[in-house]
Amino acid sequence: MALTGSEATVFAVLAPFAAALVAPALTRLMGANAAWPLALVPAGIFLFFAGLVPDVAAGARYTPTLEWVPSYGVTLSFYIDGLSTLFALLISGIGTFIILYAGGYLKGHPHQGRFLSFLFMFMGAMLGLVLGNDLITLFIFWELTSITSFLLIGFDHLRAASRRAAIQALVVTGGGGLSLLAGFLVIMSVTGEASMSAVLASGDVLREHALYPLILLLVLGGAFTKSAQFPFHFWLPNAMEAPTPVSAFLHSATMVKAGVYLLMRMHPVLGDTVLWTTILPLFGGATLIVGTLLAVRQTDLKLMLAYTTVASLGLLVMLTGTSWEKAIEGAALYLLAHSLFKGALFMVAGTIDHEAGTRDVTRLGGLRKAMPITFAAACLAALSMSGLPPFVGFIAKEYLYAGIWGEGGVPLTLTAVAVIGNALMLVIAAAVAIKPFLGPKVDTPKHAHEGPLLLYAGPVVLSLTGLAAALLAHDTGVYFISPVVSSILGNQVAVDVHLVPGYIGAALILSVVTVVLGIVLFLKIDALRDAMARLLAAIGWGPDKGFDQAIAGIVAFSGWLTRRLQGGRMDVYMTMTFLVTAAALLVPLTLTGNWPDTLEMPGFRFYEWGVLAIALSGLFAVLVARTRLTAIVSLGIQGFAVALVFMLFGAPDLSFTQFMVETLSVVILALVMTRLNLQPRDHRPMLPRLFHGAIALAIGVGLAGLLIRITQMPFDRSLSDFFEQYSRTIAHGRNIVNVILVDFRGFDTFGEIAVVMLAGLCVLALIRVRPTKDRAAALDHAAGDEALQKSGEARL
Amino acid sequence: MRTIIFRTIAPYLAALMVLFSIFVLLRGHNEPGGGFIGGLIAASAFAIYGIACGVAAVRRAISLHPMSISAAGLFVAGLSGLPSLFMAQPFMTSQWWYLNLFGVEVPLSTPLFFDIGVYLVVVGSITSIALALEERESD
Repeated sequence: MALTGSEATVFAVLAPFAAALVAPALTRLMGANAAWPLALVPAGIFLFFAGLVPDVAAGARYTPTLEWVPSYGVTLSFYIDGLSTLFALLISGIGTFIILYAGGYLKGHPHQGRFLSFLFMFMGAMLGLVLGNDLITLFIFWELTSITSFLLIGFDHLRAASRRAAIQALVVTGGGGLSLLAGFLVIMSVTGEASMSAVLASGDVLREHALYPLILLLVLGGAFTKSAQFPFHFWLPNAMEAPTPVSAFLHSATMVKAGVYLLMRMHPVLGDTVLWTTILPLFGGATLIVGTLLAVRQTDLKLMLAYTTVASLGLLVMLTGTSWEKAIEGAALYLLAHSLFKGALFMVAGTIDHEAGTRDVTRLGGLRKAMPITFAAACLAALSMSGLPPFVGFIAKEYLYAGIWGEGGVPLTLTAVAVIGNALMLVIAAAVAIKPFLGPKVDTPKHAHEGPLLLYAGPVVLSLTGLAAALLAHDTGVYFISPVVSSILGNQVAVDVHLVPGYIGAALILSVVTVVLGIVLFLKIDALRDAMARLLAAIGWGPDKGFDQAIAGIVAFSGWLTRRLQGGRMDVYMTMTFLVTAAALLVPLTLTGNWPDTLEMPGFRFYEWGVLAIALSGLFAVLVARTRLTAIVSLGIQGFAVALVFMLFGAPDLSFTQFMVETLSVVILALVMTRLNLQPRDHRPMLPRLFHGAIALAIGVGLAGLLIRITQMPFDRSLSDFFEQYSRTIAHGRNIVNVILVDFRGFDTFGEIAVVMLAGLCVLALIRVRPTKDRAAALDHAAGDEALQKSGEARL
Repeated sequence: MRTIIFRTIAPYLAALMVLFSIFVLLRGHNEPGGGFIGGLIAASAFAIYGIACGVAAVRRAISLHPMSISAAGLFVAGLSGLPSLFMAQPFMTSQWWYLNLFGVEVPLSTPLFFDIGVYLVVVGSITSIALALEERESD
């Protein structure tokens, strides 16, 4: 076989990340021309995957695998079949021209290197997503595309609109990603498999499982948000805040197709059920109509294209959702066609914006003389988008009409939706590609002229590819469409793709209807636009506004909750903490019926009575103490009594530590007291006193009950035996406590001393707060206590 | 608090306590003791010195900021886990060396350095807190 150890595939996925590392330095060195050598990276990846095409078309499947986190069974494994190969070719092929285009588009921008770096990172993530076999790997790359998309949309981070769009895209697609993760976890537990290839081989297991509806909804949650399906479509037009290369790459050709990819990928195991063929066409169809109608209303070139992207994604979801073989053939063709023409048109829009200084379609006209090459590319791409021959867009439309029409029942609705959607698509194509170039010359903010080679290379090549794919229809069918359709359906099929329809059938008639309808609507575009504007004004509310309201609601709720929980009053915090402690002690003891059975008093020796007497006198002293300072010192008596108990019962280390901690606690508490603006005496009224006393009693009773109960349980000596046996032989130490701390459980101690140090730093910072407010003093007190408790815990 | 007797005795007491804390630290592996207790003893020594003779005197005596001592301790503790990596063993596997100094066998080990790290972290953190509190008392 011509390809490929696992290393080659891994290398292909990692290469963009390596390019991301060198891009900034290279750009600093060479300026915009760095795009030329950098574009070699995706070009090389493209050639690598192109080399796989003949084998894959012959039905070969590869699963190159590399161990990643072996202890959790996570592998870096890839799955190469028709679907993933086509996506990898689109990503790397279009990516090559996007890198060139970005070189020209952001020429002289101070952060061009950073921009190229982000683009490469995205490219790597996207390749990993479409090639990923292990479900967890796939999810990680899925989220990585969301994160890199966030960086790219927010590239112009000084503008509030960019930041908002970036956060919105991250929240929507990232949130959908979490849904997808949940879906994957359920799939993994149902099938017991961790890789896509194994899940795909599981047949009807998922479809027949009781959890199927849940799995489907979770996966759709991921796919619909990523692929901007109504009502999650709003983030995609907002993402047009990004520089145009990003829009052309992420938000038309690649990332937004990830959701469609996932649906196609999982179709063999999740598709063709009543739920699937109901939900998908419904949402896809709604997205198609909403997207095209909203596109008509826009006058900004990029926004028009963005809404038609939403519409096209809806069309793809709708076709995939029918689960009909013919419709899926149409989907595969449309997927290819859309990536080519939409990528090209976005770049054209960017070039117009770059050279003429505006992308408002009402302020553009007559550019054909000034920008002939861009005009030619725009025409080719727009013809493909309109579904006119001899372009691949035409073939796609023929096949999808044939696919929908061929079945009985629902199709009439779907056909109507598809015809209206495609007619409106033609309207937009004409408005984007024809209007700015034809007609009388309109004065533009900048004096328009043809862009450099870097800018027109992409649109020209992509739109010519759309033409070539149609002229070489047979090869397109054999090498690309058949393997993709085979992957989606899960069995090997051969699709015969013709440019010229074999007979005059329903598809051709529907095409003619579409074109006529489109031309009529285009002539009325201004009226249509006004009508849409009025309609939207009448509705007034949309998901975009809803997003803002939801975010504002969350912020308001967390503000309310924080104010409720963090009132800033020390005594409330303390009361809550101790109440919860009491509950944590008493409730489990009561619920599980674990109160100690009988209290047997062991025979105390006289000195043990003495220790008890000391403890009780300490307690008494605390209760009757007149000043707070006396109470603190008296509390120390109590602690020393405990230390004595430890010593008498054979825990010298513990006792030793208890003495020291107790001493230092008293010293530090006394020091803190002198700094607090508290009255030396306690002036609490009777009622709070009783209440606090009751809490103290509850904790005391609970802790005592727990300890007595524990001592009544049979003692498991296995750990003690282990340490007694090995402390001397393995760790060379006789003091078992110390050996456990510094050797057997050394890593725990390491964490604990890090906590001690951090607590110390925090206390220091709090003490440094100037005592301008009473609150600062209150904080000191709490932190001092806490640090001591922490140090105590670290040891005990 | 600053009686003449206290002020006279405090330096000697503090010095003895620090010495004792090191003794406790080193015997820890076989007898009651160890880095944590040792650290607490040394911290109380500095606290006593500070109460008796003023914070400035303590800061002069230890010359480093106590928090740097703490950080150094954490660093030493982390470092002590590294040698095992070179022996192809997991992080923090204890290593032992037996040195012969003037005819006396001195066992050295990575847990000892780890315990020294614990000692330094405790001394540094508690001393920082205590000194900072004492300082504010006097200004």
